[in-house]
Amino acid sequence: MARVVVDVMPKPEILDPQGQAVAKALPRLGFAGVTEVRQGKRFELEVDDSVDDETLTKIAADLLANTVIEDFTVRRIDA
Amino acid sequence: MTAKIGVITFPGTLDDQDAARAVKYAGAEAVSLWHADADLRGVDAVIVPGGFSYGDYLRCGAIARFAPVMGPVIEAAAKGMPILGICNGFQILCEAGLLPGALVRNSELHFVCRDQWLRVENTTTAWSTRYDQGAEILIPLKSGEGGYVAEPNTLAELEGEGRVVFRYAGANPNGSLNEIAGITDARGRVVGLMPHPEHAIDALTGPSDDGLGMFLSAIDALVKA
Repeated sequence: MARVVVDVMPKPEILDPQGQAVAKALPRLGFAGVTEVRQGKRFELEVDDSVDDETLTKIAADLLANTVIEDFTVRRIDA
Repeated sequence: MTAKIGVITFPGTLDDQDAARAVKYAGAEAVSLWHADADLRGVDAVIVPGGFSYGDYLRCGAIARFAPVMGPVIEAAAKGMPILGICNGFQILCEAGLLPGALVRNSELHFVCRDQWLRVENTTTAWSTRYDQGAEILIPLKSGEGGYVAEPNTLAELEGEGRVVFRYAGANPNGSLNEIAGITDARGRVVGLMPHPEHAIDALTGPSDDGLGMFLSAIDALVKA
C-alpha cells in the first residue's frame, strides 16, 4: 500500500477568482504582504502496489484534473 | 413522423421537465432518458439539461460524463445526431470532449440569475437555423460556473470557423472569453450554451419566447434528414 497525493491547480493563464477573493480578504484581516493566492485541490489516494505510475498519471489526467484548465502533479508518499 | 427528442435526467438534474415541455411545445415527442440507461430509446436528438448533476462534485459535469447513458450519446454524436447541452449540460459536453474548452467559476464569484440578451452569430447549426444572423434574443441565465475558457489555439479555431453560436450582448455576465455564451462542434450538430432556452418558450412563463427557436430548429433538421 502507498499513499499518493495528487495536487491539482488552475493553469497560470486561467483566471482564479476564488484565489483572488482569498487574497483580497487577507488585508482586511490584518495580514499584510501576501501578493497572490491561487486555490487548487489536493487528493489523497490509498493505492496498492499493483498500481503503477502510468496508471496514476492516467487517473489524474482523465478524472481528477481537467487538463484544459488545470495542471496536476502526482507523488507517492512513503508510509 | 413525429421527431423524438430525448431529455437526460441525472441525479441532481433540475431542468429536465422544462426541457421536455419545450420539446413538446415545439411539436416533437419528448422521451425521458435516465442516466443509467444503456441506450437512447430510439430518439432522433438528445438534450442534456441543466442542474447540478451528481452535486457538481469534483467539477461541474465531471462525474456525469462517465454515466452509462453518455456512452451512446458520444457514439450518436459521432454519427451526427443533434445534441444540445444547456448550462450543466454544456459543462457535461465539454467534460465529455464533445465540445472544446471548459466552464469555470464566474469572474465576480457570484451566482448570476437574470434575463440575458444574446446575439445569434451562427444560424447554420442543427439548433439555430430558425434565428436570423445577428438577432438578439432574451433568455434566462442562471449559473455560478459559466465562464467559458479555452486555450488560445482552440479559441482562434472556434472564431475562425464561425463556431461561436451565441455571444453575450452588453456587459459580460461571467468573464467568458470573447463573451462566448454558446458554441458548436465542427459539424454544427452538437451545441452547448450556458443560458436556458427552455425557460423562454412562452411569454407567460419566461421573459420571451426567444428560446423556442432552438427546439424548432432541431425539429427542422430532423424532418429534413
